[in-house]
Amino acid sequence: MDKRKTIVGVESVSKRFTASVTAVDGVSLEIREGEFFALLGPSGCGKTTLLRMIAGFELPSAGRILIDGDDMAKVPPNRRPVNMVFQSYAVFPHMNVSDNVAYGLKVSGVPRRDIAERVAEALDLVQLQGLEARMPGQLSGGQRQRVALARALVKKPRVLLLDEPLSALDAKLREAMRLELVRLQHSVNITFIIVTHDQSEALSMADRVAVMEEGQVLQVASPSELYEYPSCRFVADFIGQINLFEADAVRWDDGRLVLDVEGLEVPSTRIELEYDSALAGKVGVAIRPEKIHLTDAEPADDRVKFTARVRDVAYYGNESRVFLETGAGRRISVTVQNRRRELAPPAQIGDTLWVSWPARDTLVLAQ
Amino acid sequence: MRLTLLTTFIFLYAPIVTLVAFSFNDSRRNIVWRGFTLKYYEKAWNNDGLIEAFVNSLTIAFFSTILSTVLGAMVAFMLWRFRFPGRAPYEGALALPIVIPEICMGVAMLAFFARVGWPPGLPWPLNLGAITIAHISFSFPFVALIVRARLASFNKELEEAGKDLGASEWQVFRDITIPFMKPGLIAGALLAFTLSLDDFVITFFTSGPETVTFPVKVYSMVRFSVTPEVNAASAVLIAITLVFTTIALVLQNRNKSEMF
Repeated sequence: MDKRKTIVGVESVSKRFTASVTAVDGVSLEIREGEFFALLGPSGCGKTTLLRMIAGFELPSAGRILIDGDDMAKVPPNRRPVNMVFQSYAVFPHMNVSDNVAYGLKVSGVPRRDIAERVAEALDLVQLQGLEARMPGQLSGGQRQRVALARALVKKPRVLLLDEPLSALDAKLREAMRLELVRLQHSVNITFIIVTHDQSEALSMADRVAVMEEGQVLQVASPSELYEYPSCRFVADFIGQINLFEADAVRWDDGRLVLDVEGLEVPSTRIELEYDSALAGKVGVAIRPEKIHLTDAEPADDRVKFTARVRDVAYYGNESRVFLETGAGRRISVTVQNRRRELAPPAQIGDTLWVSWPARDTLVLAQ
Repeated sequence: MRLTLLTTFIFLYAPIVTLVAFSFNDSRRNIVWRGFTLKYYEKAWNNDGLIEAFVNSLTIAFFSTILSTVLGAMVAFMLWRFRFPGRAPYEGALALPIVIPEICMGVAMLAFFARVGWPPGLPWPLNLGAITIAHISFSFPFVALIVRARLASFNKELEEAGKDLGASEWQVFRDITIPFMKPGLIAGALLAFTLSLDDFVITFFTSGPETVTFPVKVYSMVRFSVTPEVNAASAVLIAITLVFTTIALVLQNRNKSEMF
């Protein structure tokens, strides 16, 4: 367990806009000092509202928000030790780059000679040296974002909030900016909280991710934990690709869980695995497409295995996706890495192949 | 297409060109060209009544512009920023002075000032108060509408960013909102100035016997005869309006290049 101290504490916070619209519903989170934390979820899940409550633009209808141990209920946004990078960047259009960055220092009464020094430092950090006199209208989207970053970081906040910071950039720049944000976070050693709907963004940048849906936090975990051990069907389905089957779970006396999966063909309709949770009854059984092997010959017995017919093959260059169907009409998709330089697809449509995976890679999901 | 453009252009500008051209005409009547002269400019310049009316007009326009710009901007900001009961009807009622026929406004102002009674015989420029108030009342809704339209494109995240960086409510308004409103304020002020300068109907009803504005004076001069002197004075007015419009357009364009 991480022993670093909590910098932002969210204690059973709810936000109701009207009687029927609840944006955030009883969320509790502990965000640690120096952490890169992501709030991930589909649009309308309440992640932005939560971020705005931390910034102070919205007040919780219930619950408390603590920053550095202090209750923020009566603290307006201009007095909170946090700064935000807005989705639209909100760079002041009538001020040049260095005035934009200096604004936050000016209004909080920092002496003039310190301002110049700190502005230069911040512009250096985001690599905008030489553009001090440019107006925002003369900058590219990526440069405007850097101005917004410098403007927030120059205030040396305890926490930097980023609202969908990469959504307005084009694909190539987005990739580069991900790495740069992580590097920036390491060098300034400030807690970053980022809101995103893009799972690959959250997984690649954050130390920990909170997955939100309909105002609630479903799981808070490291990216790999989130991917390999999702806590529920929504998380399993939202993060990456997954094959999901309905099954009956029966717990045996020796602790093994035996799953009876509907629609999978003999000889193995049963998946046996060591599972420590107390699941039983109707469950979801899931397997990631890249963990499945396709073979012509029947694989060894310790694997979950069955046969299926190839219906479609999609070629993506680095990988191919093979879509199969079992005799009972279950669909399953398998990702095959194209490791060798090969023109022929990994499977022909109409082939019947063995589909298998190690039993321990199987996910069992409640609900 | 070309012909249409040409016709409309002639239709729009021929009277003005004629007016300016005949102000240089060396003749007492406005009908036949008798040669170039500047004597009517000189005559207009020496006509104390005309000059006094002109100064009155500029003074009224000056005060009316400032006050209607401030008032209009405040109304626009309030309508944009706050939600309050009766906001929609208020916004509708604001447009009334724009759609009400000017003559009705004039009569209304006459009745109003007759009832309230603007004290007569005040020293200049206080004697212009009634007209100035009347001008403000029909100018500020125009300013409000223009500024309101400008604010509609304001990104509220800019205000939030200001607050987030530590600025107080007032600092945000001064440093971020007002600079954004500036093009709207300039356009509104310009419109208010022109409206006030050339208003005849409402001024005619509210001006006392001793306060005469330029349009009213021109009207009374024309009642006797259209002399080139009137042409000359009008030409000066056109020149002033052109200069103001150009300045405002230049200012606005410079502002636009700063926006994105």
